[in-house]
Amino acid sequence: MDGNHQSDHKHSKTEKKFLRKQIKARHTLLRHEGIETVSYATQILVVANGGLGNGVSRNQLLPVLKKCGLVDALLMPPNKPYSFVRYKTTEESKKAYISLNGKGIVGDVGQKIILYLNFVEKVQWKESGHQALPPGLMVVEEIISPEDEKMLLESINWTEGNGKQNIQKSLKHRRVKHFGYEFHYETNNVDKNKPLPGGLPEICDSILEKWLKEGYIKHKPDQLTINQYEPGHGIPAHIDTHSAFEDEIISLSLGAEIVMDFKHSDGVTVPVMLPRRSLLVMTGESRYLWTHGITPRKFDTVQASESHKSGIIISDVGDLTLSKRGIRTSFTFRKVRQTPCNCNYPLVCDSQRKEAPPSVPESDREATQLEQEYVHRVYEEIAGHFSSTRHTPWPRIVEFLKALPSGSVVADIGCGNGKYLGINKELHMIGCDRSQNLVAICRERQYQAFVCDALAVPIRSESCDACISIAVIHHFATAERRVVAVRELVRLLRPGGKALIYVWAMEQEYNKQKSKYLRGNRNSQGRKEEISSDASVQESPVEQTPDVGNQGSACSVPSISDFQEGGCNSSKFTNSKLPIHTNRTSFHSDLLVPWHLKGNPAKTNLTCQTLSNVSILQTYYDQGNWCVILQKL
Amino acid sequence: MKLLTHNLLSSHVRGVGPRGYPLRLQATEVRINPVEFNPDFVARMIPKVEWAALLEAADTLHLVEVPEGPTEGYERDEKFLRKMHHVLLEVDVLEGTLQCPESGRLFPISRGIPNMLLNDEETET
Repeated sequence: MDGNHQSDHKHSKTEKKFLRKQIKARHTLLRHEGIETVSYATQILVVANGGLGNGVSRNQLLPVLKKCGLVDALLMPPNKPYSFVRYKTTEESKKAYISLNGKGIVGDVGQKIILYLNFVEKVQWKESGHQALPPGLMVVEEIISPEDEKMLLESINWTEGNGKQNIQKSLKHRRVKHFGYEFHYETNNVDKNKPLPGGLPEICDSILEKWLKEGYIKHKPDQLTINQYEPGHGIPAHIDTHSAFEDEIISLSLGAEIVMDFKHSDGVTVPVMLPRRSLLVMTGESRYLWTHGITPRKFDTVQASESHKSGIIISDVGDLTLSKRGIRTSFTFRKVRQTPCNCNYPLVCDSQRKEAPPSVPESDREATQLEQEYVHRVYEEIAGHFSSTRHTPWPRIVEFLKALPSGSVVADIGCGNGKYLGINKELHMIGCDRSQNLVAICRERQYQAFVCDALAVPIRSESCDACISIAVIHHFATAERRVVAVRELVRLLRPGGKALIYVWAMEQEYNKQKSKYLRGNRNSQGRKEEISSDASVQESPVEQTPDVGNQGSACSVPSISDFQEGGCNSSKFTNSKLPIHTNRTSFHSDLLVPWHLKGNPAKTNLTCQTLSNVSILQTYYDQGNWCVILQKL
Repeated sequence: MKLLTHNLLSSHVRGVGPRGYPLRLQATEVRINPVEFNPDFVARMIPKVEWAALLEAADTLHLVEVPEGPTEGYERDEKFLRKMHHVLLEVDVLEGTLQCPESGRLFPISRGIPNMLLNDEETET
């Protein structure tokens, strides 16, 4: 770029290497992050390698940048190996470009980091939306004095071994000690009949009494787990087993601060700072529905401003830096539950799940109830997220809609967020869905939609030129009801009208191609791998109930969490138990997404063929769905 | 809900059949939503319209200048098509009810969305 016109021999070997690396950095930014660099000078530079994700903190990078001129803003996105700096003038940014390119700085752990700078037109960073603490969560700062902290930390005798008073284990990513009751990581539960002798350490008693009196907690805990995390340690995302403990779970952070990640089943992640000597109180939704965990790493991304202490780490990229982790010891107090859990979150509740395992419906009424519980309610709950993750229409459906003659009346039965309703402006499309929330989204997008059930569609017979029903019919719990749904669809068609039906295939793989659904996105798969390796066998089965949070952010079908009681094998699902599908996993024998159509798309027509007034024009496999185009005779 | 959509809706209460059409419209809030005029599109909709149902609905909304039926050579009659464009696509019922003419069952329209969900007893066959 500037001054690069001299012939190569004038550059030293190192200079050439830096130039090469700088160009490489430019390509990497474009390829992986979509950041376009420009070859002329602007006020903004992207600093490759100078990012929080690279172990460079704000207070290391900023002074270096300031040497070249007045820094207007330094944006450091979380977990990214680059940052953006904006100078007051182009002269200053040019100076930085020339003097800092290829310059080495020392990162937070003493590693040498070479910076590569390139100009950009604009900062490409999407702020994630406003976040709130998970409902029912509270962080109380400075709950105990530094003296009490010291006393508590000194009271733990990590060297005393497996004494009789308490149980101590060294897990893969942390050290733990149990009091009151032993927590069994094999079952993720406590043995309620076998309290440990000695109960809780005496030293905790007065502290707990004080918290009770001051109203931070409502019940006195009878179980204590002490965890010690060194930098780099962590705990996989989990929900404390509902049946094991009462609602209120509290955790005292000692020795060092740490960032704990809370995840909702819809994919929202809220990083929460737990300062040293603070008390985390989890109740209600935050205790029962959200998972919590600590990512094993040596640095946390935290808010840079001093005023901000506890609570959410907002991804304000202008105010993030790194904080080196210290040794954190947590005292987690829980009350062992003596009766089954009756929380409001049955989807993730082992007590409620055990009492009522879904079985194959025997009557129509049962089928209705089953669908109500496992399909309709879930869609209502996930409507917002469901919609935001479903913006890309599938090409073959778009193709079908675009090929229809102009002026066709088309019904979309189970239209979801209406992503197909606006594909072809030359059609009059009307959509319907069971979910009011999803229909409301359609309406906001100016589409015609109404609420109804696919078994009884309030559209006059033979009024539609075409119908589509995408990923809907498999939600019906019995074959009879699926037939009724297809018959209803056909009723709407005028003679000669066409319907396109997509149903989920059992096999999300065809011709050795995994469907997009299984491939997932890279991130979620990466995350999953990380978690499963954490959770893997050997010394540390994790303290974790089936985790709805780690299944990636996209839940395509009502993702009711898997209910793996000690491992999910298809062989376990014998008799009439009705397993429910887990996100982004292969199907075993998933009856709410059923259609046993092993390898033979022709069988998709079974349902359609029970209708005499249709002919099947085409069947195919697309994105994990068996698809059929039929025509009314 | 546009009147073109209303023209397609029919009561689905069990046993009602074709007598469930048209749904009686009552509106408490109506908005005129300007939509770009596409004469070809409107012309293609004309043969699909059930006129009696449309006129009844337009009447309850006190709409004026609604054509009584398709005129001869309407495909090129811009004045006619513009009127139909307005009635079918621009009139938007925000609040009100739809009533099954046979069973009397009422379905609410709220924020422009008809809720046509039936309970189990109404659908069982």
